[in-house]
Amino acid sequence: MKALIEWVDARFPLVNVAREHLTEYYAPKNFNFWYFFGSLALLVLVLQIVTGILLAMNYKPDADLAFASVEYIMRDVWGGWFVRYMHSTGASLFFVVIYLHMFRGLLYGSYRSPRELIWIIGMVIYLAMMATAFFGYLLPWGQMSYWGAQVIVNLFETLPVIGGPLSEWIRGDYVISDITLNRFYAFHYLVPFILAGLVFAHIVALHKVGSNNPDGIEIKKGPKGNRWSETAPKDGIPFHPYYSVKDLLGTVVFMAVFLGIVFFIPEMFGYFIEQPNYEPANPLKTPEHIAPVWYFTPYYAILRAIPSFAGTQVWGVLAMFVSIVLFFLLPWLDRSPVKSIRYKGPTTRLALALFVVTFLVLGWLGTQAPTTNLTIMSQFFTLVYMLFFLLFPCFSSAGQPLPLLAKGLLALSILTVVATIVYWWALWSGGPAAVYKIGYTVLSVLVLFLLGIRPLLRAEPVKPVPERLTK
Amino acid sequence: MTDENVDSGRRRLLTIATTGVGLAGAAGMAVPFAGSLLPSEKAKAAGAPVEVDISKLEPGQQLTVEWRGKPVWIIRRTQEALDLLGGMADRLVDPDSEGDQQPGYAQNPYRSIRDDILVLVGICTHLGCSPKYHPEIGGVSFDDDWKGGFLCACHGSKFDLAGRVFVGVPAPTNLEVPRHRYLNDSRILIGEDEEAA
Repeated sequence: MKALIEWVDARFPLVNVAREHLTEYYAPKNFNFWYFFGSLALLVLVLQIVTGILLAMNYKPDADLAFASVEYIMRDVWGGWFVRYMHSTGASLFFVVIYLHMFRGLLYGSYRSPRELIWIIGMVIYLAMMATAFFGYLLPWGQMSYWGAQVIVNLFETLPVIGGPLSEWIRGDYVISDITLNRFYAFHYLVPFILAGLVFAHIVALHKVGSNNPDGIEIKKGPKGNRWSETAPKDGIPFHPYYSVKDLLGTVVFMAVFLGIVFFIPEMFGYFIEQPNYEPANPLKTPEHIAPVWYFTPYYAILRAIPSFAGTQVWGVLAMFVSIVLFFLLPWLDRSPVKSIRYKGPTTRLALALFVVTFLVLGWLGTQAPTTNLTIMSQFFTLVYMLFFLLFPCFSSAGQPLPLLAKGLLALSILTVVATIVYWWALWSGGPAAVYKIGYTVLSVLVLFLLGIRPLLRAEPVKPVPERLTK
Repeated sequence: MTDENVDSGRRRLLTIATTGVGLAGAAGMAVPFAGSLLPSEKAKAAGAPVEVDISKLEPGQQLTVEWRGKPVWIIRRTQEALDLLGGMADRLVDPDSEGDQQPGYAQNPYRSIRDDILVLVGICTHLGCSPKYHPEIGGVSFDDDWKGGFLCACHGSKFDLAGRVFVGVPAPTNLEVPRHRYLNDSRILIGEDEEAA
């Protein structure tokens, strides 16, 4: 065995790679609950690829056969129902895990220098996940598959000039058809492998700069020397066996939840698999109420919140794209002298809590049929969503002078709030009751004041950061 | 060879030229690759006109047929519905159908050739859902003063019974009236009109 390893090692840096990334990768010793989700995301990706390949062996990407082939997998293939429910549940849980993983980044400032690239690669992974999920959702060729794809592809049609030809190019037809299904299948098979490559880059970048931790303290800058190495950070412990074993525990608990869902509530009351998808696609009839799967609904709510004006509905689409792009900019929007929420001031905590609530409420709104009152509610929460990012430099500045760009963002925020309020009062025809208008107007001004103006009037305190890890 | 003999300008030129030719080749190859995703000849040919018999269509009824993979609605409007269309102007974005969403012969108050028969492509101009026909008049769950029309459940766009879009909804333009002509009193040909015939 030793001879074999030596033979390989002379030709391939096997032992070196294992050391660098496992046994001699020193991670901060204070990882907590939130640090389970990176490894769980990797686990779900592997499960999705394995179950996906098994499904591909029985699925037929043909408009006439697709729906029946899925039912065939569910009824006639040995264990087919299990593989399929693993795959459909895995898609939703992938997003659950990734949202928690991203929230960890927000909590502890994991996107801050020198980890900007890790964050950006991570956001690209998130986009690749959305693309994969979207392509995959068409494949069962149910009613929701069909109309969901119709709406999303039409997003591109709203772009001026190139919109029409671009959406035809994506569909390969003038409507969603067999041709579209066939190519979406090809993409759905391809993108996960690109995603796996991105995950590799994500981890390479992480291991280059080292992991962040709940204290947001750079252990590489701290004192050196631990039980295993004189040159390694004193506050670091080797990933293997310490965190590999910890992650194994996470895996066991996670799989218990995962399989519990697969066995008992695979449809999750219509959130993981929507009811209209048990009806084959019908191009002549849109289901009574269509909503995307839950992980897209916050963006869907933003899309619906923006009315069309100047003869085009591109604005809603733009707002939706902007709401995703803003995440990419976070490393440069956060100007706090400290990384972790543990040492940030109360306004930052309030802002983050408000953002989480906003994301959840938008997610709920995206599942509801639009009514006048819900639309104005979506508009308010879309506004808060945008303000969270635009005002981030203000409430995180902790008394430091604002750079010109941040002043510009503040001005933009004030403008947006004013425009929204004017819209509510003046342009909303057949509008909601005045009490709603008053309520949302007051709330909008309050959010603007709390997150943008007040931190400038009274510098946001930050707590002193210790030199060594706490717990 | 020593460094003094290197003509670095010549080298740079050759490097740039090689890279340029390589990129041009890659771009050339990308054309058929990307082009293969365009609608095929088969997809283009699927747009033949559709003939519809409307003799059994009662006032207020809706008939849906498929043309180019899209739903096309044919609705025989009641006189009451037609009378209400005139009073809609202040709630509409484009009451006079000035936008390019209908052939010239349908640019009139009813957006139709024959007053009572409305022919529309049943695809919302927002993001392509198929709105639902709501002929009822009065207060409905989505509108307090409804005069009959279409509601897109996807994003809440509302249209009147001439397919004209309401103010303050996501859809920007009126529903499309397809090219069509009457073969006789009870037969419509969708997808072709006198000008093209």
